[in-house]
Amino acid sequence: MNSTSLSDSKPVGVIGAGNFGSAVANLLARHKPVLLYARDVDVVNRINTKRDNRGHKIQENVTAINSLSQIAEECDVIFPIIPSAHFRSVIQKLSPHLHPYHILIHGTKGFDITLPRKATIDEMDNLNRQQVKTMSEVIREESVVVRVGCLAGPNLSKELAAGHPTATVIASPFNEVIELGKKLLRNDRFQVYGNNDLTGVELAGVLKNIIAIASGALSGLGYGDNAKGLLISRGVVEMIYLGRALGGNTKAFLGVAGIGDLVTTCNSSLSRNFQVGHQLAQGKTLQDILASTDEIAEGINTVRIAKKCADFYKVKAPITNALYRVLFEKLTVKQALEYLMRYPLNVDIDFLDK
Amino acid sequence: MDIEEKKNKNKKYKPILEGIPDWPVYKLSKNRKEFIEEVADRAFKRVKEVRPSTKQLIDELEATLYREQQRMKRNRWRVDPEDEPQFWAKVKEDLSALSTKTPEEQEPDANEILKRIVHRYSDEIAGNFKPSQYRFAREVIKFWFSRLLNGARVKKFGAFWRNQYTLRDKIHIVGKVKHLRRLARKGTVVMVPTHFSNLDSILIGWVIHSLGLPAFIYGAGLNLFNLKIFAYFMNSLGAYKVDRRKKNMPYLETLKLYSTIALQKGAHSLFFPGGTRSRSGMLEKQLKLGLLSSTIEAQRNLYLESQPGEEVRKIFIVPVTLNYNFVLEAPDLVEDYLSSKGQDRYMPEQDKYGSWQLIQFMFKFFTKGSSISVSIGRGLDVMGNYVDDEGNSIDEHDRAVDTRDYFITNGQLSIDRQREDEYTRMLSAKIVKEYHRINRVFASHLVAFVAFTMWQKRYPMLDLFGLLRLPEEELYLPYDEFRDTCKRVRKQIYRMKIENKVNIASHLKGDIDEMIKRGLYNVGIFHLKRPLLRNREGNIITRDLNVLYYYHNRLVGYELDKFIGQ
Repeated sequence: MNSTSLSDSKPVGVIGAGNFGSAVANLLARHKPVLLYARDVDVVNRINTKRDNRGHKIQENVTAINSLSQIAEECDVIFPIIPSAHFRSVIQKLSPHLHPYHILIHGTKGFDITLPRKATIDEMDNLNRQQVKTMSEVIREESVVVRVGCLAGPNLSKELAAGHPTATVIASPFNEVIELGKKLLRNDRFQVYGNNDLTGVELAGVLKNIIAIASGALSGLGYGDNAKGLLISRGVVEMIYLGRALGGNTKAFLGVAGIGDLVTTCNSSLSRNFQVGHQLAQGKTLQDILASTDEIAEGINTVRIAKKCADFYKVKAPITNALYRVLFEKLTVKQALEYLMRYPLNVDIDFLDK
Repeated sequence: MDIEEKKNKNKKYKPILEGIPDWPVYKLSKNRKEFIEEVADRAFKRVKEVRPSTKQLIDELEATLYREQQRMKRNRWRVDPEDEPQFWAKVKEDLSALSTKTPEEQEPDANEILKRIVHRYSDEIAGNFKPSQYRFAREVIKFWFSRLLNGARVKKFGAFWRNQYTLRDKIHIVGKVKHLRRLARKGTVVMVPTHFSNLDSILIGWVIHSLGLPAFIYGAGLNLFNLKIFAYFMNSLGAYKVDRRKKNMPYLETLKLYSTIALQKGAHSLFFPGGTRSRSGMLEKQLKLGLLSSTIEAQRNLYLESQPGEEVRKIFIVPVTLNYNFVLEAPDLVEDYLSSKGQDRYMPEQDKYGSWQLIQFMFKFFTKGSSISVSIGRGLDVMGNYVDDEGNSIDEHDRAVDTRDYFITNGQLSIDRQREDEYTRMLSAKIVKEYHRINRVFASHLVAFVAFTMWQKRYPMLDLFGLLRLPEEELYLPYDEFRDTCKRVRKQIYRMKIENKVNIASHLKGDIDEMIKRGLYNVGIFHLKRPLLRNREGNIITRDLNVLYYYHNRLVGYELDKFIGQ
């Protein structure tokens, strides 16, 4: 890569001014000017005048804008960080402005689903990989961009903003994308690793949200660290089984994006998914919880999708199944725990043999 | 029983380039010497790039020498040049002389040895196209084909010399013919057909000629050059030689560069990207990435070497499927496949078919009605995007794409081999998808698939090998049940045709009993043991389950087995 070329002064784009989007924009701003797209014009104005968004102090180097075409025109590298539910529609709007020279690195940990017309997800008995896509697959389907990557790892926005040390993984089949991501994000408090298994890393990031909800639920019941150790170790096994059925390799789950992220979210009350589990354990219903916050916990949808995928691919996923019944079939967290403790699955590790 | 094609658009096409001197392949062979030099030169640089230190280079040379010696000891062919042992003996001598020298002295000597080797390879690979030979070969093929056709078909004395039938009645070319002709004028075409039979290269050669296209260059397995008669035709039709025994790095790089540079110079090319003939009878799922990557590399070089604003010649990939009712080599191919799948052992490439068997087959082919169809797919750019008649790339949302943009980072064209490896994988996946889409289902494919799958489902406890071991006498299917299943599967194939996931031959339509009759008659028509037939009671039986499995495989990969019950 020619570092003296003129286009080096080109800004980097971030789409989505949520918590994580703002944190990533600030990280990038240490190296490059950043264009931050926000859907809401008020947010754009607030960022540009008050340099503040959701409690993040936004760096001077970041300019908020409201035009997707402008981002595509001015930036060669774009980080879409949008909730999975809106991801496809935003990429569709961005797509006419994209070219094959663009590089997209997303930071969304969720699934996309495409259902037959007029069907709802509740009507589907099971789901397969024709219907369930990762975010990078959505980008590939909806645009001409091929050089795609993702960001995953223990990256709680609040800690990132406070400058605590942590790491992330950039995953992409293209080394070029990984190198670029490292160059753009790395600083002395932020280590960046590379991984070529894009699907595996995406799946690890998505599936860990399930275990994060379960961890919140355990803590909501007042259980301690033994229970958490049990959950995390069995959680990894379940993630690997599901992940392999959906097209990832085991290795990605053992790295920063898998175990790294899992341990973080399972221990942190800052995590939204953890919060959902915690409140469920205290007897709140899903409706109450959803009504009480405007933030999106990707994990709820992930549980729903992962459960139906597990049914299709005939994967044993007791934790996911139990959570599904708590969230959507009115099982209590206590009953779910009893079910899990009686579950007849007692080989510790069998995924390394093959 | 002849199969009538409903829309037989087989007309004769005018050549798109009048004189042979305008043909890229001719220009290439006229400057053969310079071309070989250029390939050798680039191959030398490429190997040095991958093995930068002298130590690494010497290791590579030693590995190459070792492999070549092993090849000569174990597997020498008639076509191998006689001076081969001397050449490698000299390399050995010079390599051992290196060990007494200092690293500084070693470098120029090692370079010289490498140069010698890649130059030899480049010379060996290069084709030898001669217009006079080409014209002669073309006329010979045309003459004998039509003699065979007319002599066999019109059963009258003297019919042998008539010209009532031509190959065009036998081989149906369908699909994007005009599109292909336009692309061949606009840019460089790389045709990538499926590979089922040794007949394929001759067939494709004829197709290219009859579509009015200039001769394509193509890599033909060196084993084919063992047969004198083949060697003559291959050479004259623009073939270059691919020796699959040589797996050493300098050879593979030279081969790849030969193709890359020829493409850059605008020579239309033909690859069989599946590598060898499909052993199982399945459509290719995994393609050989080596040659395919040369298309991407050539396109990138064309962009890199162009002046700003200059229009760059584009490379177009055109997938082609060949559809047969019958594959001469089927029994041996499937045996190969089964034994390699059963136990993972190495199989040397060998051909049991000499010139005589080929002529016999030709005669059968012309005397008995069994047509072949060739489907030409829509052109793709090297990234797998469809192109329009003007050669512009179009994405899946019907928007124009500039292929150049795929090679740009940070606003500049760049060389990134890892990126291009990934692009090659993407292109390969796209070609496989296109194969399935343009593949034409014949009645014979359908009956073979349905019968085999029905038997498979009757014995759910048996694996493939268990099933194939069953005595054939025990296997029969009541006709009515078979008929209903065929109907159900055919309906699904129609549905997939509407979704543009597969194509069908027009004879597949119509009355179901007729279709089955046609299918049974044609499936593996010339084998000694028929893979599928009806017995006296009208039930469906088989005489050769292995071969039936082979023909059944043609429709594997479409998830049709869901429509076949117990």
